[in-house]
Amino acid sequence: MSATAELNMVEAITKGLGQLLEEDPDAILLGEDIGRNGGVFRATAGLQERFGEDRVVDTPLSEAGFVGAAIGMCLVGLHPVVEIQFDAFVYPAFEQLVSQAGRFRWRTRGAYGLPLVVRLPYGGGTRAPELHSDSPETLFSHMPGLRVVVPSDPLSAGELLLAATRCGDPVVFLEPKRMYRRGRQLLPAKFVPGDLDHAVVVRPGEDLTVIAYGAMVDVAEGAAERLQEEGVSTRVLDLRSIYPLDRESILAAAEETGRVLVVHEAARHCGVAAEVAALLQEEAADVLLAPTLRVTGMDMPFPLSQNEDDALPTVERVLAAAHTMLEY
Amino acid sequence: MLTELSSFSRELALQLFTAMARLRAFDERAVILQHQGRIGTYPTFYGEEAVQAASVWALPRQDWLFPTYRQSAVVTLRGCPPLVPLLMWRGHPGGWHDVMEYRVAPICVPVATNLPHAVGAAWGAKLRHQELVALAYGGDGSTSAGDFHEACNLAGLVGAPVIFLITNNQWAISTPVSKQTKIRRVADKAAAYGIPGVRVDAFDVFACYQAVREAAARARAGEGPTLIEAIGYRLGPHATADEPSLYRDLQADRLWEPMEPLRRTQMALVAAGLASEAELDQIRADSVEELRDIGDSVDAYPPVTIEEIAATVHRETPWGLRPDRLREPSWGARGGAVG
Repeated sequence: MSATAELNMVEAITKGLGQLLEEDPDAILLGEDIGRNGGVFRATAGLQERFGEDRVVDTPLSEAGFVGAAIGMCLVGLHPVVEIQFDAFVYPAFEQLVSQAGRFRWRTRGAYGLPLVVRLPYGGGTRAPELHSDSPETLFSHMPGLRVVVPSDPLSAGELLLAATRCGDPVVFLEPKRMYRRGRQLLPAKFVPGDLDHAVVVRPGEDLTVIAYGAMVDVAEGAAERLQEEGVSTRVLDLRSIYPLDRESILAAAEETGRVLVVHEAARHCGVAAEVAALLQEEAADVLLAPTLRVTGMDMPFPLSQNEDDALPTVERVLAAAHTMLEY
Repeated sequence: MLTELSSFSRELALQLFTAMARLRAFDERAVILQHQGRIGTYPTFYGEEAVQAASVWALPRQDWLFPTYRQSAVVTLRGCPPLVPLLMWRGHPGGWHDVMEYRVAPICVPVATNLPHAVGAAWGAKLRHQELVALAYGGDGSTSAGDFHEACNLAGLVGAPVIFLITNNQWAISTPVSKQTKIRRVADKAAAYGIPGVRVDAFDVFACYQAVREAAARARAGEGPTLIEAIGYRLGPHATADEPSLYRDLQADRLWEPMEPLRRTQMALVAAGLASEAELDQIRADSVEELRDIGDSVDAYPPVTIEEIAATVHRETPWGLRPDRLREPSWGARGGAVG
């Protein structure tokens, strides 16, 4: 998988992890069932075979234990990339991430940041059982010292993953698992580490901006396509970094399109959309032509699969919000 | 009364005694400074000087230590100025010591959270073929926490060269160990992880030293982790803010006072003919003298600004933590353009 090839997102992540293990002798992968099994999503398929059991390490079922151990590994010079099997399985490791990992640089007066990446397949839309479809990004972006990164397609997955491993701060890397096998992209033979600081305009537009990330970029683009048919030019801004937020790109969207709509599948209350809306209220109220609306998941446990389509933002829900804003 | 003393050289015995005396002087000075209002709430380790001094002395300097709040002064035995941990209790960021220089992790406040870190450091070193042992401290209360179980399980599984030094001082604030766990011997918990569990007298610096040395030798020989239960008694309060008379019988506490380790070690050294009473008194006096005026240094230490602190959270400081934004409502670049 080293030559140029058309890969889906999960294959791109495998490729990125392989490139990391090749280029960085201190890199080590940890997680449940990631070795011979290649991970439940096959994100590490073949890597233990290539790099050995000391670099692609199966852990016991012990998220707090192995995330905590990864923190200790950083102190002796390793660069651990930890896979949490499913989004909600990160909660046992929450304390290690927020009470320990995120505070380490602050506890060393800025001298030493942990080169730790925690990969987290997240989000709904895969008809999975309870606690396999959560979107916990707000939790980690609210707590200090962590970076929170979300790719949206195969290329950004590979590029941002490599950037995360060398950014110098612990990163919670959320992989929209619904996009794992949705579409292929021609990828370079080697990933160049991506830009963690900037959101990307994935579709230009002048009348309205839809801000999204992860799997919701796809939904936003679907809505933009439909709005185009109505003669509405819609910008889609893929945030990529949830913390920190790319404030400049968000304000530029307000200034240049006058209307900003935010889409995420996480619950609404205190979500990323609320932060974006507050930023716009504080700094761009004078240029907004309409209030910022939010199309989000619901303030309830993510529904069991029979009702998950009710909770997930859809093209139709985004369109309805866009129409409200355009008619304001 | 103290074990193994016959096998100790005068030099090593005096080093251990001196380390204990320095820890005692630190602890007493810190309590005074707290009473004077010059530092905040302080978790005293009065009575744990033996096990703490032994743990540091038993390991070469390349080995990592993972303390909790109860071991805030062990870093001073690795050469860190005592001013640094005192600044910690003053609430000053100067209290964060240089982790890499001393190979002592920052103190962990939630008990047991430091145990997986030690496992990872030890396991990582093993994977990299570095000869390195990690030692993590805990108390009896910490063995009820999930991280204790996960750390022991993982360490046993991967054969991490780690030592869990659990000082069973029989109290977790007001909760006696009998209300902490059904098991009578904390060391027996090791059986669940397939690792050795040993018990040692926490008041016996020589026994503690031997126990840590043996565990470290096992770890270096590739035989994996050891759980050491150092049995003692919390001779003081949990912290300066704690009032033990509310929950325990102070008469019963007094029965433990003869175990106070510094005096006990002094008596043993004199009895064994390794040192004179006067010589040991001098070591104690020197340790006290060294810290006599440290309160002035604590007071005089220049404060840091919140802007400086904000710059220590991330490698690249995010916009909202920039000095010009920190105290402002987030009225940013566009703000001036309004109207």
